[in-house]
Amino acid sequence: MGKHNTGFSWLLKMAWRDGKASYGKLLLFVFSITLGVAAVVSVQSFSGLLKENIAKQSKALLGADYLIESDKPVNDKVMGIMDSLGGADAREINFLSMAAFPGNNGTKLMEVRGVEGGFPFYGELETTPVSAVNDFRNRGALVDATTMLQLNLKVGDSIKLGAVTLPIAGELETVPGSTSVFGAIAPPVLIPFQFIESTELVQTGSRVEYKYYFTADEGQDMAVLGEKVEPILDAEEADLDTHLSEARRLGRRYENFGKFLNLVGFIALLLGCVGIASGMGIYVQMKIKSIAVLKCLGASKRQSYLIFFVQIACMGILGGLLGTAIGYSLQQLFPILLGDLLPVDVDIVLSLQSVLLGLSLGLAMSVLFALYPLMKTLYVSPLQALRVVQETKSRSKRATTAVGLGIVLFVFSFSFWLLGDFMRSLFFVGGLLVVFLILTAVARFFMAMLKKFFPYSWSFIARQSLKNLFRPQNQTLVLVLAIGIGTFLISTLYFTKDMLLEKAAIEDSANSANMILMDIQNQQVDGVSNTIKASGYPVIDKIPIVTMRVETLNGRHVEAIRKDTTSQVSRWILNHEFRVTYRDSLIDSERILEGGWVSSVDADSDVPISVSSDFADRAKVTIGDAVTFNVQGRIMNTVVQSIREVDWSRLQPNFSIVFPSGVLENAPQFGVMTTRTADDKGSAQLQQQLVRDFPNVSILDLKRILSLLEDILGKIGWVINFMAFFSIFVGVAVLMGAIYSSKHQRVKQGALLRTLGAQSSQILKMIAIEYAVLGFLGAFMGVLLAVLGSTLLAYMLFETTFTLSWVPFFVILPAITLLVFALGVGNSISIVRNSPLSVLKKEKE
Amino acid sequence: MSKILKVQHLSKTYRSGEHDLNVLNNVSFEVGSGESFAIVGPSGSGKTTLLGLCAGLDTTDEGEIWLCGQNLFELDEDGRARLRNQNVGFVFQDFQLLPTLTALENVIVPLELRGVKKAADLGKELLTKVGLQDREGHYPSQLSGGEQQRVALARAFANKPAILFADEPTGNLDDETGTKIEDLLFELNKEQGTALVIVTHDLELAKKTDKSIRLRSGKIEETVG
Repeated sequence: MGKHNTGFSWLLKMAWRDGKASYGKLLLFVFSITLGVAAVVSVQSFSGLLKENIAKQSKALLGADYLIESDKPVNDKVMGIMDSLGGADAREINFLSMAAFPGNNGTKLMEVRGVEGGFPFYGELETTPVSAVNDFRNRGALVDATTMLQLNLKVGDSIKLGAVTLPIAGELETVPGSTSVFGAIAPPVLIPFQFIESTELVQTGSRVEYKYYFTADEGQDMAVLGEKVEPILDAEEADLDTHLSEARRLGRRYENFGKFLNLVGFIALLLGCVGIASGMGIYVQMKIKSIAVLKCLGASKRQSYLIFFVQIACMGILGGLLGTAIGYSLQQLFPILLGDLLPVDVDIVLSLQSVLLGLSLGLAMSVLFALYPLMKTLYVSPLQALRVVQETKSRSKRATTAVGLGIVLFVFSFSFWLLGDFMRSLFFVGGLLVVFLILTAVARFFMAMLKKFFPYSWSFIARQSLKNLFRPQNQTLVLVLAIGIGTFLISTLYFTKDMLLEKAAIEDSANSANMILMDIQNQQVDGVSNTIKASGYPVIDKIPIVTMRVETLNGRHVEAIRKDTTSQVSRWILNHEFRVTYRDSLIDSERILEGGWVSSVDADSDVPISVSSDFADRAKVTIGDAVTFNVQGRIMNTVVQSIREVDWSRLQPNFSIVFPSGVLENAPQFGVMTTRTADDKGSAQLQQQLVRDFPNVSILDLKRILSLLEDILGKIGWVINFMAFFSIFVGVAVLMGAIYSSKHQRVKQGALLRTLGAQSSQILKMIAIEYAVLGFLGAFMGVLLAVLGSTLLAYMLFETTFTLSWVPFFVILPAITLLVFALGVGNSISIVRNSPLSVLKKEKE
Repeated sequence: MSKILKVQHLSKTYRSGEHDLNVLNNVSFEVGSGESFAIVGPSGSGKTTLLGLCAGLDTTDEGEIWLCGQNLFELDEDGRARLRNQNVGFVFQDFQLLPTLTALENVIVPLELRGVKKAADLGKELLTKVGLQDREGHYPSQLSGGEQQRVALARAFANKPAILFADEPTGNLDDETGTKIEDLLFELNKEQGTALVIVTHDLELAKKTDKSIRLRSGKIEETVG
């Protein structure tokens, strides 16, 4: 007997013929997959473009091909290296300082950049007027344009930096090397290099950066340069930054955020796939008679299976294409949403990679998730064409396991591709599986309990609605999954954002500071203190600071550790100039993890110090280890007595190293003071007076920093919420798909009930109760899972305690329940619109 | 006359809960090429089960069925499907047109499954033969019951089957339409030399066939002709 003579073209033809009559249902599948693909493609493509643009504009970001920098004046050896490189083409000294504007009594903490030479060599110094680019180089200042606007300054006004007063030559729009985020706290002011010294602002404790800019010869290899120069510079406590390393560093910073957003998008896609799996199940159920007839007419198992497989593959491709197109359009919004958080302007282009990604995701995900319901077609008996037969064959266990494993493997592989980290991908897939399993278990448990303890005494309407929740082909599982995951995502993001903001918030008590005064010289301490008190404000903290560098760790000199290629000690430990304080007690943001706190010492033996956990981790030291410091020329032996956990996110002065009282009191030092001003006006007045009397003292207005932080979190939150809303949109699509798929059954049930005397309002009430219960169950489980997830995030990632926010319970939960209710009832109105006779007649036909 | 269908000692038992339900019991008969054959009997007598088994839609462990020279129970499901596609036509009581396909598309499915070229032209010819040349683009839901059954007849005869199984072909139609369908069925049977096996309650229809058997409780109660 011959084989079947049909080929792929017949399958395509049949898939098309069947599909065009069922396009409404199939379009809902396309919609589910489209939104998910759009979410992933938009983020993935934008991340790629951002990285590309950073790489393209890396020279403009740095202003040169490479630079050598140090936080102290460079020594002869570094000078020698620079000479061997042909000498620096430009140099810069920068530090933070208060700037005063005598014209309007304004003050502001600014990043003072004294530049010399032709800097920048790449990118542009954009100023208004344009001529100011050159005008300021003789005797003038370029002041950040936003600051000019805020303080109502104009070109020609004066700026006072320490002992120097300069005319403002122009507004500074952009300058390579100043980031907009940091610029919002301390905006840049450019002055000629030769005026730095006469400002008299470079004093003990000042954080000064010395930068030397170079242009490279054509074809000069930055990697080779790094290999040759970096080890020597390291030993001299200087650094080499090339435009390539700068691009990598910036790229990494945005990559993590991109990866996180990608995962949010991927969850939306997975949610869409759950909808496809459920919708396909109902779709195949409706096609059983047709499949049986096809088999009667001689179609093989494979052929009848492939007709629907081809259909879903085409839907996947279509969804992938549409998703890519929408994703491409959506990424145009990211620069608007993220605003100046982006380091470069991003040109949005459609890449072939994005199209391929969208297509393959759409195809692979829809096919993978449809495989299980499609398997049912294999077991349809042709006898079904003659009569209703009970299904005897169930899906093969081996095939079911293979499909399940295929899905998990694909999801894991894709997560790994997104994250590039095995363990993180494992946690992501594991976490997702747990959420899916919990929601599935809850939905099943709910149905089982409802069946077991069914409230037979309730009204007819209530009983009918509840029965709908566990009738054959019910939507309970898929809707609880879709609503639950959407709510889980939105609520987790809300809890996390709240947690981060609360962690950073300034405690609103009389004792907490809202202003930090830095770089106070020893002889200025009393004067600054008196000025604060005279203004009517308290001096909350007087914190002494001594600068020092690590000399040896457990007897090994830093020089030897640097040369040891196997050493795990961080370069930060070996090169950094630490700002150390001394006191006799712990502060709010600290907690002892190991060892014991020593409040004061008198003896001349090794000083018992306390180090932060990250210092201990990066210096590879533990309790009892010896650390020698070079305190401005004097060697001091210490021993690690305690290791502290420090909450660095608190807006207050925190320290890696704390000495006990009685040791550093006579060392050269400077100080930090904190105070609490009553209002913005009082704060401005105090700042003006301090800048006038103590020009070297820098002032951090914590209220301003907090509002800036809120602004940044707000912008990031926008993007995250934007992505999370995709999950809700997909959830809505899945919900509508589920409602639409089961509509046929509901229409028939409604018609029968109405034939038996039920009123339209009674039928609508049944539907309303059903969807309200489903909406509430899914959303409530989502919020509960979010509490669990956020608690884990709080302890494991943010290392803080979880504080419950009520918004998800009182806003998100009712809103989503209402949405499900409205969609459910809205889509079911047509059920009561058709006359019972027309429905039953159609059914008979 | 060569035998197109041979049924020998056929029995079928279904498991219903804890009990075995004997639906067919030692049934044997033969149908020759071009012959018309009726299976009659009351509801629940096993008529449809017998038809399903004869057409290879179901299997049993007891007895043998030879269809077009092939032992049906020696073939797997796909083998039986191929045999049906090449030799068997079907007409069902509730028409069983594929609801998502037009009248013409329904008719040509068996032809396309065989890889016949110009299937559409042949399909149009068949639709003309059953008087539905103007309805080829209509979906089943847009056709009356009689029209749907005529499309089903056109589909059943599309691949010039050696044997056609009809399950209550006029059961869902009014008398007038039913008679027209019966006439068309026998006309095509004569014209194409197709053997016809009809399951029916209708004794008048059974009388029009060359031979018939009456089933009761799964057993042959009477053989006519």
